Amino acid sequence: MLIYACKRLGVAVLVAVAVSLLTFSLIYLSGDPAMALAGEAATQQDIEYIRKFYGYDRPLAVQYADWLTKALTGNFGYSHYLRQDVAEIIFSRLPVTMILGACALVFALTLSIPLGVVAAMRPNTMIDRFALTLAVVGQALPSFWFALILIFWFGIVWRLLPISGTETWLNFIMPSVALGYYVTPAVMRLTRAGMLEVLASDYIRTARAKGLRPPVVLFKHALRNAVIPVVSLAAVQFGFMLGGSIVIETIFAINGLGYLAWESIQRGDLPVMQAIVLILACFYIVLTYLADMLNAFLDPRIRVT
Amino acid sequence: MAPPQDIAAEAVAGSRAVLNVGEILEPAPAELLRRRIFGHAGLLIGSGVLLLIVMVALLAPWLAPHDPLDQDLTRKLIPPIWHDSAKANWVYPLGTDGFGRDYLSRLIYGARISLLIGVAAMCISGIIGTTIGVAAGYFGGKVDMMVNFIITSRLSLPVVLVALAVVSLVGNSLWIVISVLGLLIWDRFAVVVRSSTQQVRNLDYVAAAQALGCSKARIIMTEIMPNIANNLIVVATLEMAHAILLEAALSFLGLGVQPPQPSWGLMVAEGKGYMFFDPWLVGIPGAALFALVLAINLMGDGVRDVTAPERRN
Repeated sequence: MLIYACKRLGVAVLVAVAVSLLTFSLIYLSGDPAMALAGEAATQQDIEYIRKFYGYDRPLAVQYADWLTKALTGNFGYSHYLRQDVAEIIFSRLPVTMILGACALVFALTLSIPLGVVAAMRPNTMIDRFALTLAVVGQALPSFWFALILIFWFGIVWRLLPISGTETWLNFIMPSVALGYYVTPAVMRLTRAGMLEVLASDYIRTARAKGLRPPVVLFKHALRNAVIPVVSLAAVQFGFMLGGSIVIETIFAINGLGYLAWESIQRGDLPVMQAIVLILACFYIVLTYLADMLNAFLDPRIRVT
Repeated sequence: MAPPQDIAAEAVAGSRAVLNVGEILEPAPAELLRRRIFGHAGLLIGSGVLLLIVMVALLAPWLAPHDPLDQDLTRKLIPPIWHDSAKANWVYPLGTDGFGRDYLSRLIYGARISLLIGVAAMCISGIIGTTIGVAAGYFGGKVDMMVNFIITSRLSLPVVLVALAVVSLVGNSLWIVISVLGLLIWDRFAVVVRSSTQQVRNLDYVAAAQALGCSKARIIMTEIMPNIANNLIVVATLEMAHAILLEAALSFLGLGVQPPQPSWGLMVAEGKGYMFFDPWLVGIPGAALFALVLAINLMGDGVRDVTAPERRN
């Protein structure tokens, strides 16, 4: 287990380095960063001054090393637009996005796991068809359109829920649904497939033959085993949702990381953009690492191969 | 020479085989495939709707009643014909938007943009993903490790965010949006092609080709590719739908297709401001997008079910 954990950790660190390189290269994507900072009216002298001042005249490897060591100590640079430390801005916005992501995940799991279980218990019946239809429809719904439909009916026509902001927990209902539904098809399909496989296994037949009550068989024996892959999928999807929250946060005007990302992209505020991409990517790497570890812990077969 | 009784026995066995009614009635594989295709409602509906949208996109100049870019503020926000309004009329069946542009014509031309971006981004990502997936699956070992590493790195990047950032930094033309999407969404191609290649490469006909002295390139092109083609088609449809949804999201956020071009995502964004009184401005393009993506997904699921029925769900 320890060897496996170390190997996976090594890969995770290498992936983080690769991602940081890509994130770093964003500066040079638009051309000369000094020219971009100086603005259109700048003279050649101004540009040279800025290039020296911010160290853009140094070799790329040195710049990258400098940027990375600073990022590792929590220093993501300075936002020229907001005139504030990037780390400060990001950590003030991060909790909202985390809450939104967690609510969306809870919504997705409470909808998809029971649905998947019920569908697997009664395969090829009306309820199974309904669950599969829901999955197919869910995968095809554009998230921003779904969010606008929610706003229209629940916010404008029926006036049940607030349509923007983060003041009360009511504000989080619609964004969580809009963000979370996107994850439901995958989780539901996996739960259903897992349950179908487990329910056909020998130990379930044994449990039934012993005369255990059906709920005990279903929850204690079957669901526990079927849900193992769902846990790691949920971790991975949580990472995807944080990245995807940019659309939802923009629509519902939620002052989180996604909205910040959109604002900084509009303003061309590179240090903030880079920091958000790097943080989300690292967060995803950590999540998948933890999911792998959990899986290896629960299923010894994974550790060996 | 075989003893006569053996020949007789063989003859009897042979005639029994011929007389086996069950075998005679067993339909040919092609007939079976045909039955599966026509028995699959999802596949038929999906391909039907997709075909319709493709035809609409191809015939846009002849089908669109007006110029999709022609603005006239004197006729702005005419509601669609099913609205109980004096302004609704058959000249503009789906009404007009906030700039007085015919909504039906914009919808028809919007199909071109969605399909173009979907197909082009899918081709780019398909070439990248298939190449590295086949390499990883066929060569294994160090190549496989390297490819796995690249796939993991790519998966860690948040797609929407990176696409938005890159488009905003490089500039947003249609081709830049297509290239950025194509360069970002090859991961599923690589994963699926890698695992199907691993399955196929250990089969006997690959070993036979190797024994015959075929080159690696030839084995990959003529032995492996045709046998992973059905998986490839399924992923291709999924990724095309993915690309279309991403383009719509990018355009919705203002960094994809630029106004006044009629992208469905952009139309939803433009209609958002009028949502309170004219919700159809958001409803119509969103529904078109939903129908297109649903049709593509249904077709992909159908192809998977028909070509490999045992792998359903």
